[in-house]
Amino acid sequence: MLRRLTTELPRSFTLGAVALGIGLASGPAGAEELRIGFLAPMTGIFAQVGKDMSNGFQMYLDEVGNDFAGAKVVFILEDGQGKPPVNVRKAEKLIRQDKVHMFIGGLLASTGYALAPVSTRLKTVYIPSVAAADDLTQRQASKYPYLMRTGWTSSQPNHPFGEWACAQGYKKIVTIGADYAFGYEVVGGFQKAFEDCGGKVIQKIWPPLGTKDFGPFIPTIKDDADAIFTLMVGPMSLQFPKQLAASGNKKPVLGGGTSYDEFVLPSMGDESIGHYSALQYSAALETPKNEAFVKKYREKYGKVPSYYSETNYTTAQMIHEIMKKTGGKWPGGEKFVQMLAGLKLDTVRGPVHFDELRNPVQNVYIRKVEKKKMFGFPDAELWNVVVKTYPDVGQFWKYGKDKFLKQPVYSRDFPPCKYCE
Amino acid sequence: MDAEFWVIQVFNGISYGALLFLLAGGLSLIFGVMRIVNLSHGSYFMLGGYVALTVIWTTDSWVLAIPVAALTVAVVGLVMERVFLRPLGFDPLRQVLLTVGFAFLFQQGALDIWGGDSLDISPPEFLTESVVIGGVYFPLYRAFMIGVALAIGVTIWLTMEKTRMGAMVRAAVDDSEMARGVGIDTSLVSMFIFALGAFLAALGGVIGGAFLGVYPGLDFEILPIAFAVVIIGGMGSLGGAAVGSLIVGLADNFGKALFPEVSYFTLYAPMVLILALKPTGLFGRE
Amino acid sequence: MSERTKILIVVAALIVLLIVMQFASSFVILLVTQALVFAILAMSLDILLGYTGLPSLGQAAYLGVGAYLTAILATKYGFGLGSSFWAVIVLGILLGAVTAAIFGLFAIRASGVYFLMITLALGQCVWGLAYRWNSLTGGDNGINMPGRPNFGIDLAHDMTFFYVVFGFFVAALAALYLLVKSPFGRSLVGIRESELRMRILGYNTWLHKYIAFIIAGAFGGLAGVLWAFLNGLVSPEDVILTTSVDALLMVVLGGPGTLVGGAIGAGVVVFLREYLSTLVEWWQYALGGVYVLTILYLPGGLMGIPERIRQRRALSAPAEQAKAVSVSQ
Repeated sequence: MLRRLTTELPRSFTLGAVALGIGLASGPAGAEELRIGFLAPMTGIFAQVGKDMSNGFQMYLDEVGNDFAGAKVVFILEDGQGKPPVNVRKAEKLIRQDKVHMFIGGLLASTGYALAPVSTRLKTVYIPSVAAADDLTQRQASKYPYLMRTGWTSSQPNHPFGEWACAQGYKKIVTIGADYAFGYEVVGGFQKAFEDCGGKVIQKIWPPLGTKDFGPFIPTIKDDADAIFTLMVGPMSLQFPKQLAASGNKKPVLGGGTSYDEFVLPSMGDESIGHYSALQYSAALETPKNEAFVKKYREKYGKVPSYYSETNYTTAQMIHEIMKKTGGKWPGGEKFVQMLAGLKLDTVRGPVHFDELRNPVQNVYIRKVEKKKMFGFPDAELWNVVVKTYPDVGQFWKYGKDKFLKQPVYSRDFPPCKYCE
Repeated sequence: MDAEFWVIQVFNGISYGALLFLLAGGLSLIFGVMRIVNLSHGSYFMLGGYVALTVIWTTDSWVLAIPVAALTVAVVGLVMERVFLRPLGFDPLRQVLLTVGFAFLFQQGALDIWGGDSLDISPPEFLTESVVIGGVYFPLYRAFMIGVALAIGVTIWLTMEKTRMGAMVRAAVDDSEMARGVGIDTSLVSMFIFALGAFLAALGGVIGGAFLGVYPGLDFEILPIAFAVVIIGGMGSLGGAAVGSLIVGLADNFGKALFPEVSYFTLYAPMVLILALKPTGLFGRE
Repeated sequence: MSERTKILIVVAALIVLLIVMQFASSFVILLVTQALVFAILAMSLDILLGYTGLPSLGQAAYLGVGAYLTAILATKYGFGLGSSFWAVIVLGILLGAVTAAIFGLFAIRASGVYFLMITLALGQCVWGLAYRWNSLTGGDNGINMPGRPNFGIDLAHDMTFFYVVFGFFVAALAALYLLVKSPFGRSLVGIRESELRMRILGYNTWLHKYIAFIIAGAFGGLAGVLWAFLNGLVSPEDVILTTSVDALLMVVLGGPGTLVGGAIGAGVVVFLREYLSTLVEWWQYALGGVYVLTILYLPGGLMGIPERIRQRRALSAPAEQAKAVSVSQ
């Protein structure tokens, strides 16, 4: 399964070579072959997310028969187990052993921060299609010339979301978010924009990544808040709304995109209905392109695509576009990044182009969890129904690049919690 | 932080402790009777949750899922003890590594059978409600966990005190050579205890599945906490496991709520201190 | 086999490794370097497990303190990236030893299965700090290293770094070999065989075990420093229980009480975890299977195989002679 696309022969050959301790360098791969390494968790807590990621990419490859403008795509999937050090070692393997032209993926923001230096050190293109660590395309962008982001920065959708929260009339908000880089950046982006339009974040709670028992945290939420902003990842997303409801919460709930992503939505209960979140994609996006994508994906893999599927599908499409321009020839890493950065494309999630630091500029959707029938599917299910679209949102929002980059990266301590006691 | 905060935090801590008691009670008994450090105990917890899900998917009955899952995993434990652990004799190191090997096998097996989804066990509707007392919300499911742990604890305690099997187990914990000397079949006792331990862990997995979820990796996540309970409470003592569960449940809860930066340290450091001062734990027998 | 022959075999094996590495691909170089770092950790554990009879379930803690020390010095103070690399090596060894000296005060009192438990708890303490003490350790993100040292010789070059790690491995092997052959090492073996007897003979067994524990910690710290520079990333994942358990497996698989066995075990486990996992989905079955089969069928580890074959021959030889005699009659 894992490696069904690599042929049997070279595998046994390299195995024998390694057993002897002699790796025969196969030389740079031929121009007709495009070797793509893909890192996603196939085991461990994030195994399902990893499957969504690789399924999305795989679906595009199947659509074009592994043929990118004459180049045969060799897709090599490695299990990063959701652990940064394992991802680093697998990336080393992809580059050194498989001689890939580029590697894609990495789930957690921490994995993104760990993989980017590998791309610089080994001069290989890295596309973080999911890992949303802000600084990869912000303050540290110059350190990673081979990095090209096709997904998003963690704070990107949460800037407009903060403004939206102001517009709803919320004055005081408590945030509760997973205690790691991604959590800081999502919560930080929301807090920054929300406080800039007059709101106050009055408390920030940081449960460890992977918390399932929120018993210690929920009772500490301050009573005088108008709303709660949550940021959950993986299995956390499933438990938090349930336990929040059981604690008698009546406050409105807003959340970072991953808290209500389609990969957990089918397993969620009705208690999450009415919760709002912001992301650059929703499976319930009512465009012909997306409707076709959702139907096809569901038919193929038996479930609704998540943003993890969409972003990798779109990444494959983008790479294909570049290969079309080069006539199937690999243009070299630096040239490839340069060409991709100039791409404008109408994708499943909407129109996308890139800013000068190689991060997408795209629509951000404010989404509300509703139970309804969509796209002609027979049952009423939970969907992230789009209630508002912010077009052409870049990673610097309305702040402007220079001003934005002068502030430090969002962290546990930034923006400082001025209104916390 | 007002009284309400403390009341609800204590309640949460106790209910988490109740779940830990199911998980760690069996581990403690296994340790007491057989001196085995069983690193596949977390796997029993996880497998319990998965088997329960299969039962729920096929029969739609949560009530049925509890005994079926617990018994299935008890059989798994029984086979492991008979076929693999028993022939090893008494060698703590080799037993540890053997149980780790099985933990890896169970993990991959579960991934192949149930896939990588993050799953959730839904209890009957009425258990998901909350009771409001004095303006404080008490989730019923947490109360249910406390109830189950109490019922199981009392049942085992009565079994240990009143039945012949219980007497045999107690004799084996106190001094297994002496027990053999007076004609007790300690091999039979070991088998019984190992199966019971697996049974309890799986039960914990089903009950905890509605609360922690069921997902790949749950096994190794829950394992160190189970050891914390056993070490603090004392190995081989059921009462010790109960007290240890309460201490760990409360310490973990308050540690996370009050000192988040060192929350795991506040869990394991007391464990080291207790071990250093009294290697058999607070209530363990020398 | 005489002691001399054994040493010659090991030296020959090391030379063969050096020669083969000249032809190795860069991925193989990386794997072998990883295996050598883990070999140092496994040999340090062998001092405890194989020679003193103390099965530690927390050896990853020393790898962890060494690695985090290296990362914190490099990122916060820019220290250790030039010729100060050697100072970091010394500091890593010292910190490993100091940590072990503190942990030993708690652990050495216990024996057998209680020793397993308390070392597990100590290992978890280090993990807990690494995972949650964000301001120092970066929490779940871990710490990215700025690069490898360059002091005229640039260690960023993989083959150069391999030679450095190889050098440390050989030095560790030689030092530990001298240690176990010394009178001190012999008394450790005496303690393993019968602590009571040694105590009656007037040995301070607590002190002997305590010193062995500190030495093991020191070499663990060394492995940690090299690990940090090798991977370029230090993360709580390096300190988890599974790392400690893997180290135990390496020793038991290779053959406890042989030093070299730990190194061979390290090679096998690294191959399974890092290479087989890139080939097949079911690599965890293989890993679990190796654990189970080693315990059930290889009590002396891989290094014990020749001995077992010899024993079997010795047993069957007289029987065959007897047969031959009966036929001739």
